[in-house]
Amino acid sequence: MAAALEVSNLSVARGGVPVLSDVSFTLAPGEALVLRGPNGAGKTTLLRCIAGLQPALAGRIDGAEDRIAYAAHADGLKAMLTVRENLRFWAQVFGQSDISPALEGYALRDLADRLAGTLSAGQKRRLGLARLLVTGRPIWVLDEPTVSLDAEAVALFGAVLRGHLGAGGAAVMATHIDLGLEARTLDIRAYRAAEDADFGASDAVFL
Amino acid sequence: MTALLLRDLRLALRAGGGFGLGLAFFLIVTMLVPFSVGPEAALLQAIAPGVLWLGALLACLLSLDRLLALDLEDGSLELLLTAPLPLEGALAVKALAHWLTTGLPLVLAAPFLGVMLQLAAPGHLWLLTSLALGTPALSVIGMFGAALTVGIKRGGLLLSLLVLPLYIPTLIFGAEVARRGSAGLDPSTPLLMLAGLTLAVVALMPFAAATVLRIGLR
Repeated sequence: MAAALEVSNLSVARGGVPVLSDVSFTLAPGEALVLRGPNGAGKTTLLRCIAGLQPALAGRIDGAEDRIAYAAHADGLKAMLTVRENLRFWAQVFGQSDISPALEGYALRDLADRLAGTLSAGQKRRLGLARLLVTGRPIWVLDEPTVSLDAEAVALFGAVLRGHLGAGGAAVMATHIDLGLEARTLDIRAYRAAEDADFGASDAVFL
Repeated sequence: MTALLLRDLRLALRAGGGFGLGLAFFLIVTMLVPFSVGPEAALLQAIAPGVLWLGALLACLLSLDRLLALDLEDGSLELLLTAPLPLEGALAVKALAHWLTTGLPLVLAAPFLGVMLQLAAPGHLWLLTSLALGTPALSVIGMFGAALTVGIKRGGLLLSLLVLPLYIPTLIFGAEVARRGSAGLDPSTPLLMLAGLTLAVVALMPFAAATVLRIGLR
């Protein structure tokens, strides 16, 4: 089967400074890739680039167009809307209508009519991750998805993720927690950009 | 798109959404004018169109910094960028929601405030028309300003400084329509200019706003 996502010779920069260069990997349907590396290594920058939130300095990303569901530190929730309203809004934006798998998958059914602003940090995170299920997108790009989740919620997330992969989806994530699933690991320290790499340094001038 | 419009309207109407803030500001500013310039009917009548237009413009300005900043804070702006909606369309819809919750109430309240400022009888109609035609331009230009300043902490003042000069043409023609209307002159030339101006910014500004937002969020 063709690769779900193909990243070739990708170079990315943060704040005009190149952080990673020549990153290449392919992701088959049903496969998960875990990015590892110390703080500041460029995990978030790489994920933002794959999600299309910032341009790459060089290289190409194939298969990402309109197939990525992105989840980062901010969950994109409105405090004054209920859990159900938040999920329904994102479902409609992505052209979906069924939010019950998302409510079930993260045990949010009992919280459905609570305002998102009154949820605990872990509950908000669960709602933020549940949003991925209502996008209907095959490739999940996750930046530290398990922050503020307890062991039980991490298990829920692991189960949902396995279901997603089992259905032919794919995932790229930056995480330090073992989710109990078969996942390839990519240590991005190997791709650190050389200190004197100056391509893209002129980027700031044209902003 | 409809979902985004409904969400923004719902958020504006819920507690802390800021609906009515602009309207209350407009009411108070207009009420203060007779106190500051004196109750002389002829004077008030002469300045009424200008005062009402200026009040509406400032009231509109008041809510602009919430337009995108809240969505940036909770991350929904970035998620919208990855959504299948074109950003241009999403911003146009958000500007529409802003107009419905801020501009429209001002338009509807203005004739009643005109009474307080001794605005002559046919003038009400022209004031209403000019505001109805002009305030959508204020919202979309404001959206552009909000997109420019979205990444800046406490960018509210900068936003005002950037947006106010862009409001000048709308203010000139809008107030002129209202003035001519209340003085019994033919207001059609400024009216056409105002309508043309609004149509042009409504057509172009969402593209400009989306472009600067894409650059700003990198």
